[in-house]
Amino acid sequence: MKAVSILRPALAALLAATAGLSAAAGEDYDAQTREMMQSSFKENGIASKYRQLQLDFQKACSALVPPSAAAMKQIEAEQMQTVRWPDDGKFFGDWKEGEKIAQSGRGLTWTDKAGESNGGGCYNCHQLAPQELSFGTIGPSLHRYGKLRGSDEGMVKYTWGKLWNAKAYNACSQMPRMGDAHILSEAQIKHVMAYLFDPASPVNQ
Amino acid sequence: MRKTLGMAALAAVLAGGAQAQSTADEIAKYREMIADGNPAELFEMEGESLWKTPRGPKKATLEQCDLGQGPGVVDGAFARMPRYFADTGRVQDLESRLLTCMETLQGIPASAVVDGDWNKGERKTMDALAAYVVTHSRGQKIQLDLANPQTRRMYELGKRAFYYRSGPMDFSCSTCHGEDGKRIRLQDLPNLTHKEGAIAAWGSWPAYRVSNSQFWTMQHRLNDCFRQQRTAEPEFASEVTVALSVYMAATAQGGVLQTPGLKR
Repeated sequence: MKAVSILRPALAALLAATAGLSAAAGEDYDAQTREMMQSSFKENGIASKYRQLQLDFQKACSALVPPSAAAMKQIEAEQMQTVRWPDDGKFFGDWKEGEKIAQSGRGLTWTDKAGESNGGGCYNCHQLAPQELSFGTIGPSLHRYGKLRGSDEGMVKYTWGKLWNAKAYNACSQMPRMGDAHILSEAQIKHVMAYLFDPASPVNQ
Repeated sequence: MRKTLGMAALAAVLAGGAQAQSTADEIAKYREMIADGNPAELFEMEGESLWKTPRGPKKATLEQCDLGQGPGVVDGAFARMPRYFADTGRVQDLESRLLTCMETLQGIPASAVVDGDWNKGERKTMDALAAYVVTHSRGQKIQLDLANPQTRRMYELGKRAFYYRSGPMDFSCSTCHGEDGKRIRLQDLPNLTHKEGAIAAWGSWPAYRVSNSQFWTMQHRLNDCFRQQRTAEPEFASEVTVALSVYMAATAQGGVLQTPGLKR
Protein backbone atom coordinates (compact mmCIF):
# COMPACT_ATOMS: atom_id res chain seq x y z
CA MET A 1 0.00 0.00 0.00
CA LYS A 2 2.73 2.38 1.02
CA ALA A 3 4.82 1.46 -2.00
CA VAL A 4 1.92 2.30 -4.26
CA SER A 5 1.39 5.75 -2.79
CA ILE A 6 5.09 6.52 -3.17
CA LEU A 7 5.13 5.18 -6.68
CA ARG A 8 2.08 7.10 -7.81
CA PRO A 9 3.63 10.59 -7.82
CA ALA A 10 6.70 9.19 -9.57
CA LEU A 11 4.51 7.57 -12.19
CA ALA A 12 2.50 10.77 -12.60
CA ALA A 13 5.70 12.72 -13.14
CA LEU A 14 6.89 10.18 -15.68
CA LEU A 15 3.57 10.32 -17.54
CA ALA A 16 3.63 14.11 -17.51
CA ALA A 17 7.11 14.02 -19.01
CA THR A 18 6.15 11.64 -21.82
CA ALA A 19 2.96 13.62 -22.45
CA GLY A 20 5.21 16.19 -24.08
CA LEU A 21 3.96 14.55 -27.26
CA SER A 22 1.03 16.85 -27.92
CA ALA A 23 -1.03 14.17 -29.69
CA ALA A 24 -1.08 12.10 -26.51
CA ALA A 25 -2.09 15.13 -24.47
CA GLY A 26 -4.78 15.94 -27.02
CA GLU A 27 -6.33 12.47 -26.71
CA ASP A 28 -6.26 12.87 -22.95
CA TYR A 29 -8.07 16.24 -23.20
CA ASP A 30 -10.64 14.65 -25.53
CA ALA A 31 -11.38 11.94 -22.95
CA GLN A 32 -11.50 14.49 -20.12
CA THR A 33 -13.88 16.66 -22.15
CA ARG A 34 -16.23 13.72 -22.76
CA GLU A 35 -16.21 13.01 -19.03
CA MET A 36 -16.87 16.69 -18.24
CA MET A 37 -19.79 16.83 -20.70
CA GLN A 38 -21.42 14.14 -18.56
CA SER A 39 -20.47 15.17 -15.04
CA SER A 40 -21.26 18.89 -15.40
CA PHE A 41 -24.88 18.32 -16.48
CA LYS A 42 -28.08 17.21 -14.81
CA GLU A 43 -31.45 16.09 -16.12
CA ASN A 44 -34.16 18.78 -16.14
CA GLY A 45 -37.67 17.93 -17.32
CA ILE A 46 -37.63 16.52 -20.84
CA ALA A 47 -33.89 17.33 -21.21
CA SER A 48 -32.42 13.99 -20.10
CA LYS A 49 -28.76 13.27 -19.51
CA TYR A 50 -28.77 11.03 -22.59
CA ARG A 51 -28.54 14.25 -24.55
CA GLN A 52 -24.93 14.58 -23.38
CA LEU A 53 -23.89 11.39 -25.16
CA GLN A 54 -22.74 11.75 -28.77
CA LEU A 55 -23.88 9.85 -31.83
CA ASP A 56 -20.95 8.73 -34.00
CA PHE A 57 -21.37 11.53 -36.53
CA GLN A 58 -21.82 14.13 -33.77
CA LYS A 59 -18.53 13.00 -32.30
CA ALA A 60 -16.75 13.05 -35.67
CA CYS A 61 -18.12 16.53 -36.43
CA SER A 62 -17.00 17.87 -33.01
CA ALA A 63 -13.33 17.07 -33.50
CA LEU A 64 -10.92 20.01 -33.71
CA VAL A 65 -9.75 18.50 -37.03
CA PRO A 66 -12.74 18.00 -39.40
CA PRO A 67 -13.43 14.47 -40.72
CA SER A 68 -11.71 13.43 -43.97
CA ALA A 69 -13.65 13.52 -47.24
CA ALA A 70 -13.94 9.73 -47.13
CA ALA A 71 -15.25 9.78 -43.55
CA MET A 72 -17.81 12.45 -44.54
CA LYS A 73 -19.02 10.29 -47.44
CA GLN A 74 -19.37 7.34 -45.09
CA ILE A 75 -21.45 9.40 -42.63
CA GLU A 76 -23.65 10.69 -45.45
CA ALA A 77 -24.32 7.17 -46.75
CA GLU A 78 -25.25 6.00 -43.25
CA GLN A 79 -27.52 8.96 -42.60
CA MET A 80 -29.24 8.50 -45.96
CA GLN A 81 -30.46 5.14 -44.67
CA THR A 82 -32.49 6.96 -42.00
CA VAL A 83 -34.61 8.99 -44.45
CA ARG A 84 -38.23 7.83 -44.41
CA TRP A 85 -40.25 8.68 -47.48
CA PRO A 86 -43.96 9.53 -47.14
CA ASP A 87 -46.07 6.37 -46.77
CA ASP A 88 -48.80 7.66 -49.08
CA GLY A 89 -46.34 9.03 -51.64
CA LYS A 90 -47.63 12.57 -51.02
CA PHE A 91 -44.91 15.16 -50.34
CA PHE A 92 -47.04 18.27 -49.81
CA GLY A 93 -49.39 19.55 -47.09
CA ASP A 94 -50.77 23.04 -46.50
CA TRP A 95 -48.36 25.98 -46.89
CA LYS A 96 -50.31 28.04 -44.33
CA GLU A 97 -49.59 25.40 -41.69
CA GLY A 98 -46.03 25.27 -42.99
CA GLU A 99 -45.64 28.99 -42.33
CA LYS A 100 -46.63 28.55 -38.67
CA ILE A 101 -44.09 25.74 -38.30
CA ALA A 102 -41.37 27.84 -39.98
CA GLN A 103 -42.11 30.76 -37.64
CA SER A 104 -42.07 28.74 -34.41
CA GLY A 105 -38.74 28.00 -32.76
CA ARG A 106 -40.33 26.28 -29.78
CA GLY A 107 -39.72 22.83 -28.44
CA LEU A 108 -37.31 20.33 -26.83
CA THR A 109 -35.75 22.69 -24.27
CA TRP A 110 -35.94 21.88 -20.55
CA THR A 111 -38.61 24.58 -20.21
CA ASP A 112 -40.83 22.85 -22.80
CA LYS A 113 -43.26 20.07 -21.89
CA ALA A 114 -43.35 16.58 -23.36
CA GLY A 115 -45.97 16.02 -26.02
CA GLU A 116 -46.17 19.65 -27.18
CA SER A 117 -45.79 20.10 -30.90
CA ASN A 118 -42.40 21.51 -31.88
CA GLY A 119 -41.65 24.31 -34.29
CA GLY A 120 -39.22 23.95 -37.17
CA GLY A 121 -37.33 27.12 -36.23
CA CYS A 122 -36.72 27.78 -39.95
CA TYR A 123 -36.67 31.59 -39.60
CA ASN A 124 -34.03 31.35 -36.86
CA CYS A 125 -31.47 30.63 -39.59
CA HIS A 126 -33.07 31.21 -43.03
CA GLN A 127 -34.76 33.98 -44.98
CA LEU A 128 -38.02 32.66 -46.49
CA ALA A 129 -41.02 34.93 -47.23
CA PRO A 130 -39.81 38.44 -48.18
CA GLN A 131 -42.26 40.24 -45.84
CA GLU A 132 -40.73 38.53 -42.77
CA LEU A 133 -37.74 40.71 -42.03
CA SER A 134 -36.78 38.99 -38.80
CA PHE A 135 -34.73 36.10 -40.16
CA GLY A 136 -31.39 34.58 -39.26
CA THR A 137 -28.36 34.09 -41.48
CA ILE A 138 -26.72 30.86 -40.30
CA GLY A 139 -28.28 29.04 -43.27
CA PRO A 140 -28.73 30.30 -46.87
CA SER A 141 -31.71 32.37 -48.02
CA LEU A 142 -34.62 30.18 -49.15
CA HIS A 143 -36.63 33.06 -50.66
CA ARG A 144 -38.27 31.85 -53.94
CA TYR A 145 -37.18 28.30 -53.10
CA GLY A 146 -39.63 26.50 -55.41
CA LYS A 147 -39.70 29.22 -58.02
CA LEU A 148 -35.92 29.17 -58.52
CA ARG A 149 -35.40 25.42 -58.30
CA GLY A 150 -38.54 24.05 -59.92
CA SER A 151 -40.41 21.08 -58.53
CA ASP A 152 -39.34 18.04 -60.53
CA GLU A 153 -39.15 14.72 -58.69
CA GLY A 154 -35.43 15.00 -58.00
CA MET A 155 -35.73 18.42 -56.37
CA VAL A 156 -38.78 17.39 -54.32
CA LYS A 157 -37.11 14.22 -53.04
CA TYR A 158 -33.86 16.04 -52.30
CA THR A 159 -35.73 18.65 -50.25
CA TRP A 160 -37.71 16.02 -48.36
CA GLY A 161 -34.50 14.14 -47.57
CA LYS A 162 -32.72 17.34 -46.54
CA LEU A 163 -35.53 18.19 -44.12
CA TRP A 164 -35.66 14.62 -42.78
CA ASN A 165 -31.91 14.37 -42.24
CA ALA A 166 -29.61 17.15 -43.49
CA LYS A 167 -26.57 15.03 -42.57
CA ALA A 168 -27.41 12.65 -45.46
CA TYR A 169 -26.23 15.37 -47.86
CA ASN A 170 -23.62 17.18 -45.76
CA ALA A 171 -22.16 15.10 -42.92
CA CYS A 172 -21.48 18.00 -40.56
CA SER A 173 -24.36 20.29 -41.62
CA GLN A 174 -25.45 22.74 -38.90
CA MET A 175 -29.09 21.96 -39.70
CA PRO A 176 -31.03 19.70 -37.32
CA ARG A 177 -32.39 16.34 -38.52
CA MET A 178 -36.04 17.39 -38.49
CA GLY A 179 -37.50 13.95 -39.25
CA ASP A 180 -34.80 11.59 -38.04
CA ALA A 181 -34.48 13.28 -34.62
CA HIS A 182 -38.29 13.50 -34.21
CA ILE A 183 -38.28 17.29 -34.12
CA LEU A 184 -41.11 17.48 -36.68
CA SER A 185 -43.70 14.84 -37.60
CA GLU A 186 -44.15 13.57 -41.15
CA ALA A 187 -47.33 15.68 -41.46
CA GLN A 188 -45.45 18.80 -40.30
CA ILE A 189 -42.66 18.17 -42.84
CA LYS A 190 -45.30 17.97 -45.59
CA HIS A 191 -46.58 21.41 -44.53
CA VAL A 192 -43.06 22.85 -44.62
CA MET A 193 -42.55 21.28 -48.06
CA ALA A 194 -45.69 23.10 -49.29
CA TYR A 195 -44.40 26.35 -47.78
CA LEU A 196 -41.20 25.93 -49.82
CA PHE A 197 -42.70 24.76 -53.14
CA ASP A 198 -46.33 25.95 -53.47
CA PRO A 199 -46.57 28.72 -56.09
CA ALA A 200 -49.13 30.44 -53.82
CA SER A 201 -46.80 30.36 -50.80
CA PRO A 202 -45.37 33.75 -49.78
CA VAL A 203 -41.92 32.15 -50.04
CA ASN A 204 -42.32 32.10 -53.84
CA GLN A 205 -43.54 35.67 -54.22
CA MET B 1 -37.45 59.97 -16.23
CA ARG B 2 -35.22 60.16 -19.27
CA LYS B 3 -34.16 56.60 -18.57
CA THR B 4 -37.76 55.36 -18.34
CA LEU B 5 -38.67 56.99 -21.63
CA GLY B 6 -35.62 55.53 -23.32
CA MET B 7 -36.42 52.08 -22.10
CA ALA B 8 -40.04 52.31 -23.22
CA ALA B 9 -38.89 53.46 -26.65
CA LEU B 10 -36.47 50.58 -26.94
CA ALA B 11 -39.04 48.07 -25.71
CA ALA B 12 -41.40 49.34 -28.43
CA VAL B 13 -38.69 48.92 -31.04
CA LEU B 14 -37.87 45.40 -29.86
CA ALA B 15 -41.54 44.41 -29.67
CA GLY B 16 -41.92 45.56 -33.28
CA GLY B 17 -39.98 42.46 -34.24
CA ALA B 18 -39.88 42.88 -38.01
CA GLN B 19 -37.19 45.50 -38.44
CA ALA B 20 -35.47 46.40 -41.68
CA GLN B 21 -32.10 45.84 -40.04
CA SER B 22 -30.67 44.24 -36.96
CA THR B 23 -31.45 45.63 -33.53
CA ALA B 24 -27.78 46.47 -33.07
CA ASP B 25 -28.28 50.10 -34.12
CA GLU B 26 -31.19 50.63 -31.74
CA ILE B 27 -29.25 49.06 -28.88
CA ALA B 28 -26.31 51.35 -29.67
CA LYS B 29 -28.62 54.39 -29.55
CA TYR B 30 -30.05 53.22 -26.26
CA ARG B 31 -26.58 52.69 -24.80
CA GLU B 32 -25.70 56.25 -25.75
CA MET B 33 -28.91 57.56 -24.22
CA ILE B 34 -28.13 56.07 -20.83
CA ALA B 35 -24.33 56.32 -21.06
CA ASP B 36 -24.13 57.77 -17.56
CA GLY B 37 -26.62 55.35 -16.04
CA ASN B 38 -26.69 51.61 -16.85
CA PRO B 39 -29.48 50.10 -14.70
CA ALA B 40 -26.82 47.54 -13.67
CA GLU B 41 -25.62 50.27 -11.27
CA LEU B 42 -28.53 49.45 -8.98
CA PHE B 43 -27.30 45.84 -8.76
CA GLU B 44 -23.75 47.03 -8.20
CA MET B 45 -24.82 49.25 -5.29
CA GLU B 46 -26.81 46.41 -3.77
CA GLY B 47 -23.79 44.12 -4.25
CA GLU B 48 -21.46 46.52 -2.47
CA SER B 49 -23.85 46.69 0.43
CA LEU B 50 -24.17 42.88 0.54
CA TRP B 51 -20.36 42.56 0.41
CA LYS B 52 -20.06 44.63 3.58
CA THR B 53 -23.06 43.22 5.47
CA PRO B 54 -22.54 40.42 8.03
CA ARG B 55 -24.58 37.47 6.75
CA GLY B 56 -24.99 33.70 7.13
CA PRO B 57 -24.59 31.43 10.18
CA LYS B 58 -21.16 32.98 10.86
CA LYS B 59 -22.53 36.53 10.66
CA ALA B 60 -19.50 37.63 8.64
CA THR B 61 -18.99 40.02 5.75
CA LEU B 62 -17.18 39.15 2.51
CA GLU B 63 -14.56 41.83 3.10
CA GLN B 64 -11.89 39.16 3.66
CA CYS B 65 -12.82 37.28 0.47
CA ASP B 66 -9.72 36.47 -1.62
CA LEU B 67 -10.56 36.83 -5.30
CA GLY B 68 -6.96 36.13 -6.24
CA GLN B 69 -5.37 39.51 -5.50
CA GLY B 70 -5.29 38.93 -1.75
CA PRO B 71 -8.01 39.05 0.94
CA GLY B 72 -10.41 41.95 0.39
CA VAL B 73 -8.90 43.15 -2.90
CA VAL B 74 -11.72 43.69 -5.38
CA ASP B 75 -10.05 46.13 -7.75
CA GLY B 76 -8.80 44.35 -10.89
CA ALA B 77 -9.73 40.89 -9.57
CA PHE B 78 -12.27 40.05 -12.27
CA ALA B 79 -9.87 41.01 -15.07
CA ARG B 80 -7.68 38.07 -13.96
CA MET B 81 -10.46 35.51 -13.66
CA PRO B 82 -11.03 32.62 -14.12
CA ARG B 83 -7.80 31.66 -12.33
CA TYR B 84 -6.29 28.82 -10.32
CA PHE B 85 -6.77 29.01 -6.56
CA ALA B 86 -4.36 26.93 -4.48
CA ASP B 87 -6.69 26.78 -1.45
CA THR B 88 -9.44 24.97 -3.38
CA GLY B 89 -7.08 23.31 -5.90
CA ARG B 90 -9.41 24.39 -8.70
CA VAL B 91 -9.64 26.92 -11.50
CA GLN B 92 -12.57 29.14 -10.54
CA ASP B 93 -14.64 31.78 -12.30
CA LEU B 94 -16.03 34.73 -10.36
CA GLU B 95 -19.26 33.02 -9.36
CA SER B 96 -17.65 29.78 -8.20
CA ARG B 97 -15.08 31.77 -6.22
CA LEU B 98 -17.85 33.81 -4.58
CA LEU B 99 -19.46 30.48 -3.61
CA THR B 100 -16.21 29.52 -1.86
CA CYS B 101 -16.11 32.83 0.03
CA MET B 102 -19.78 32.64 1.04
CA GLU B 103 -19.25 29.10 2.30
CA THR B 104 -15.94 29.56 4.14
CA LEU B 105 -16.42 33.08 5.52
CA GLN B 106 -20.18 33.23 6.06
CA GLY B 107 -21.14 29.56 6.40
CA ILE B 108 -23.70 29.83 3.57
CA PRO B 109 -23.70 26.42 1.83
CA ALA B 110 -22.92 26.45 -1.90
CA SER B 111 -26.09 24.43 -2.43
CA ALA B 112 -28.14 27.55 -1.55
CA VAL B 113 -26.98 28.95 -4.90
CA VAL B 114 -26.26 25.78 -6.90
CA ASP B 115 -29.71 24.27 -6.23
CA GLY B 116 -31.54 27.61 -6.26
CA ASP B 117 -33.63 29.41 -8.87
CA TRP B 118 -32.59 32.34 -11.06
CA ASN B 119 -33.40 35.83 -9.75
CA LYS B 120 -34.32 34.43 -6.32
CA GLY B 121 -32.70 33.98 -2.91
CA GLU B 122 -28.95 33.45 -2.80
CA ARG B 123 -28.69 33.31 -6.62
CA LYS B 124 -30.04 36.85 -6.69
CA THR B 125 -27.46 37.77 -4.02
CA MET B 126 -24.82 36.28 -6.34
CA ASP B 127 -26.02 38.53 -9.21
CA ALA B 128 -25.55 41.65 -7.09
CA LEU B 129 -22.16 40.54 -5.73
CA ALA B 130 -20.96 39.81 -9.28
CA ALA B 131 -22.16 43.25 -10.44
CA TYR B 132 -20.14 44.85 -7.63
CA VAL B 133 -16.94 42.93 -8.33
CA VAL B 134 -16.94 43.31 -12.14
CA THR B 135 -17.55 47.06 -11.94
CA HIS B 136 -14.17 47.27 -10.21
CA SER B 137 -12.46 45.80 -13.29
CA ARG B 138 -14.27 48.01 -15.79
CA GLY B 139 -11.78 49.61 -18.18
CA GLN B 140 -9.06 47.10 -17.28
CA LYS B 141 -7.44 44.62 -19.64
CA ILE B 142 -8.37 40.93 -19.58
CA GLN B 143 -5.23 39.21 -18.33
CA LEU B 144 -5.53 35.49 -17.69
CA ASP B 145 -2.56 33.61 -16.29
CA LEU B 146 -2.20 31.22 -19.22
CA ALA B 147 1.20 30.07 -17.97
CA ASN B 148 -0.60 28.22 -15.18
CA PRO B 149 -0.92 24.53 -16.18
CA GLN B 150 -4.34 24.14 -14.54
CA THR B 151 -5.68 27.15 -16.44
CA ARG B 152 -4.11 25.79 -19.65
CA ARG B 153 -5.88 22.49 -19.07
CA MET B 154 -9.23 24.23 -18.60
CA TYR B 155 -8.60 26.18 -21.81
CA GLU B 156 -8.09 22.92 -23.70
CA LEU B 157 -11.25 21.39 -22.21
CA GLY B 158 -13.22 24.58 -22.85
CA LYS B 159 -12.16 24.68 -26.49
CA ARG B 160 -13.29 21.08 -26.95
CA ALA B 161 -16.58 21.72 -25.10
CA PHE B 162 -17.20 24.65 -27.45
CA TYR B 163 -17.25 22.27 -30.43
CA TYR B 164 -19.05 19.39 -28.65
CA ARG B 165 -22.16 18.51 -30.64
CA SER B 166 -24.93 16.52 -28.96
CA GLY B 167 -28.64 16.42 -28.25
CA PRO B 168 -31.68 16.23 -30.55
CA MET B 169 -30.60 19.23 -32.63
CA ASP B 170 -26.90 18.29 -32.99
CA PHE B 171 -25.88 21.78 -31.84
CA SER B 172 -22.67 22.95 -30.18
CA CYS B 173 -21.62 26.45 -29.08
CA SER B 174 -19.88 26.78 -32.46
CA THR B 175 -23.15 26.31 -34.36
CA CYS B 176 -24.08 29.90 -33.50
CA HIS B 177 -20.75 31.37 -32.39
CA GLY B 178 -18.19 29.93 -34.83
CA GLU B 179 -18.40 32.39 -37.74
CA ASP B 180 -18.39 36.15 -38.29
CA GLY B 181 -21.52 38.17 -39.09
CA LYS B 182 -24.19 35.57 -38.30
CA ARG B 183 -27.62 36.17 -36.75
CA ILE B 184 -30.44 34.19 -35.13
CA ARG B 185 -33.53 36.10 -36.30
CA LEU B 186 -32.30 39.70 -35.79
CA GLN B 187 -29.96 38.91 -32.93
CA ASP B 188 -26.31 39.40 -33.89
CA LEU B 189 -24.05 36.55 -32.75
CA PRO B 190 -20.46 37.18 -31.69
CA ASN B 191 -17.84 34.84 -33.20
CA LEU B 192 -16.24 33.54 -30.01
CA THR B 193 -13.38 31.78 -31.81
CA HIS B 194 -11.74 35.11 -32.67
CA LYS B 195 -10.37 37.82 -30.45
CA GLU B 196 -12.74 40.60 -31.50
CA GLY B 197 -15.90 38.55 -30.92
CA ALA B 198 -14.59 37.11 -27.67
CA ILE B 199 -13.83 40.61 -26.35
CA ALA B 200 -17.34 41.78 -27.32
CA ALA B 201 -18.87 38.86 -25.42
CA TRP B 202 -16.61 38.10 -22.45
CA GLY B 203 -15.88 41.80 -22.01
CA SER B 204 -19.54 42.78 -21.58
CA TRP B 205 -20.96 40.04 -19.32
CA PRO B 206 -22.36 40.07 -16.65
CA ALA B 207 -24.96 42.46 -18.05
CA TYR B 208 -28.28 44.15 -17.51
CA ARG B 209 -30.83 42.82 -20.02
CA VAL B 210 -33.34 45.40 -21.22
CA SER B 211 -35.74 42.79 -22.68
CA ASN B 212 -36.50 41.26 -19.29
CA SER B 213 -35.16 43.90 -16.86
CA GLN B 214 -32.87 41.30 -15.29
CA PHE B 215 -29.20 41.24 -14.40
CA TRP B 216 -27.52 38.13 -15.79
CA THR B 217 -24.17 36.68 -14.75
CA MET B 218 -22.09 34.64 -17.22
CA GLN B 219 -23.37 31.53 -15.40
CA HIS B 220 -26.92 32.57 -16.30
CA ARG B 221 -25.90 33.42 -19.88
CA LEU B 222 -24.24 30.03 -20.42
CA ASN B 223 -27.17 28.21 -18.82
CA ASP B 224 -29.60 29.75 -21.30
CA CYS B 225 -27.26 29.04 -24.22
CA PHE B 226 -27.31 25.35 -23.29
CA ARG B 227 -31.10 25.46 -22.87
CA GLN B 228 -31.43 26.70 -26.43
CA GLN B 229 -28.86 24.13 -27.57
CA ARG B 230 -31.32 21.50 -26.20
CA THR B 231 -28.74 19.84 -23.97
CA ALA B 232 -29.36 18.69 -20.40
CA GLU B 233 -28.87 21.51 -17.85
CA PRO B 234 -25.36 22.50 -16.77
CA GLU B 235 -24.97 22.67 -12.99
CA PHE B 236 -24.31 26.16 -11.60
CA ALA B 237 -20.53 26.76 -11.47
CA SER B 238 -19.83 23.29 -12.90
CA GLU B 239 -16.53 22.44 -14.60
CA VAL B 240 -17.93 22.98 -18.12
CA THR B 241 -19.07 26.52 -17.31
CA VAL B 242 -15.63 27.41 -15.94
CA ALA B 243 -13.84 25.72 -18.87
CA LEU B 244 -15.92 27.65 -21.43
CA SER B 245 -15.28 30.86 -19.49
CA VAL B 246 -11.53 30.22 -19.60
CA TYR B 247 -11.77 29.56 -23.36
CA MET B 248 -13.67 32.83 -23.94
CA ALA B 249 -11.53 34.94 -21.63
CA ALA B 250 -8.29 33.51 -23.06
CA THR B 251 -9.49 34.24 -26.60
CA ALA B 252 -10.31 37.78 -25.45
CA GLN B 253 -6.92 38.16 -23.71
CA GLY B 254 -5.73 41.79 -23.75
CA GLY B 255 -9.17 43.22 -24.56
CA VAL B 256 -10.72 45.89 -22.35
CA LEU B 257 -13.59 44.99 -20.00
CA GLN B 258 -16.83 46.99 -20.31
CA THR B 259 -18.44 45.25 -17.35
CA PRO B 260 -21.20 45.29 -16.40
CA GLY B 261 -22.68 45.35 -19.90
CA LEU B 262 -26.04 46.35 -21.31
CA LYS B 263 -27.86 43.89 -23.55
CA ARG B 264 -31.06 43.40 -25.45
